[in-house]
This record gives sequence, C-alpha cells and structure tokens, in this order.
Amino acid sequence: MTIGLEHYLVVSVLLFCLGLLGVIVRRNLLVIYMSLELMLNAANLALVTFSRFTNNLDGQVFVFFVITVAAAEVSVGLALIVALYRKRQTAHVEDLTTLKL
Amino acid sequence: MQDALFYIFAFLTLVFGFLVIANPFSRNPVTSAMFLVLTIVSLAGLFVLLHAFFLAAVQVLVYAGAVMVLFLFVIMLLDLKAEERRKIKALGVGGGLVSVGAILAIFLSSLLHTPLGATESPALEGGTVQLGKLLFTEYLLPFEIVSVLLLVAMVGVVLLSKKELK
Repeated sequence: MTIGLEHYLVVSVLLFCLGLLGVIVRRNLLVIYMSLELMLNAANLALVTFSRFTNNLDGQVFVFFVITVAAAEVSVGLALIVALYRKRQTAHVEDLTTLKL
Repeated sequence: MQDALFYIFAFLTLVFGFLVIANPFSRNPVTSAMFLVLTIVSLAGLFVLLHAFFLAAVQVLVYAGAVMVLFLFVIMLLDLKAEERRKIKALGVGGGLVSVGAILAIFLSSLLHTPLGATESPALEGGTVQLGKLLFTEYLLPFEIVSVLLLVAMVGVVLLSKKELK
C-alpha cells in the first residue's frame, strides 16, 4: 500500500492531539510552551502535505511564514516568562492565581 | 523504501512527541526540550519525504537550532528544581484525556468521511529556487510585513528584559 495524503494527515492529527494534551495536562509554563510548538509543527506538517498533494507551492510559503512568526512568538513568550519569574519566582501555572476571584 | 522511511519517521515523531509531554522517567523540562529537538528533526525527515527540502533545512536550522537553544537557555536561567516534586492531578489528566480524545475522534471521523481525491504524488519540488521565486514575487508584501514583525518582537523582548519592569 502506497503512502497517501491520509497517512500524513493522521500523523499530523496525532501530533496535534499530543500537543493539546501537553497544554492541558502539564503545569509547567515552559513545557506548555513546548507543547504549543508541537501543535504548530503538526499544522506545518498538514500544510506541507496538502501543498505536495495538490501540486501547489503556496502551502510551503505559508509554512515558511508560520516558522518565522513562531520564532518571534517564542522569543517574546520566553521574555515574558523570565520577567514573570523575576517577579514571582515561579514558572508554574498553579502559583499564578492573581486574577482568580 | 519510501514507505518504510515514512513509517520510521512518523513513528519516531510520535514517540518523541509523546516523550516531550509525558516522560515516565523524568519531569525535568530539559529532557522535554531534548525530545522536542528530536521530534523536530524527525519532522524534518517527513518534510524531505514530501520533497519540501528547503523547509526541512529551515526546520532544522531555525527550530532545532535557534528556537531550542533559546528554550534551553531560559530553562537553565530559571532554577526549576521545585518543579519535579509537584504532583500531576488525576482530575486534570482525566479531563485532558477525555477532551483530547473527543477532538481526536472528531478529526479522525471527518478524515474518514472526506473523499481524498489527490492520492497520487505529483512532481512538485519545494527547493530553494522555487520557493524563493514565489517568496520574492507573489508574496513580497507578506515577506516585508514579517520583517517588521520580527523587528517589533525584538524591541518587545528588549523592553521586557529590562531590569525593572514597570
């Protein structure tokens, strides 16, 4: 059986679900951030797959932009985490309950 | 050969991805980061199988190189010894599993019921030449906007990293 569109899409879906599970279950801000990266990568895989199987290079350009935006997002997010750690000495979501009623 | 490579890389991607979020031996964020690097490298292998050569290179250079070094740097900067002693709540795990399982079921059932016509691999090459041509003709405006975005992110990071944050 030859590898088709659906094989790659199943891998992408499973990777996305792993990332989502990490975001929900893990309580460490940095690990949550890494799970977000997993979800972005799953979306990238789906885009590249569709680009390959519809014979259209636009999807790959889009992935290029996604990678760039993800790099910017990671730098800002990590700077926020460091600033937060300086103030509160924690990177754990359960300790950050200032906005809780 | 290609099929075997697909299965190998897909298996490695999923196993390493699982080890990022739930490593049975260590809860240390550094281990997670290392497994994330491996996940990204195996994903680059899948990109090569899809003939997206430029993106595979960018994936390794930007993600596994730059972004993960940033991650590791921040992990080392923060002292996260206390994290390993924390317990994971069973309620959170159960709720997470149920909700993610529901979303997975929706995804897979929609995938099963969609007629996927394009199963033949056409001759499409995602090399540097083809992507570069597209990037600097049709996608020139988004490209320039992304450069502004990177500048904004850089300024923001410098501002956020100041000693006394107002």
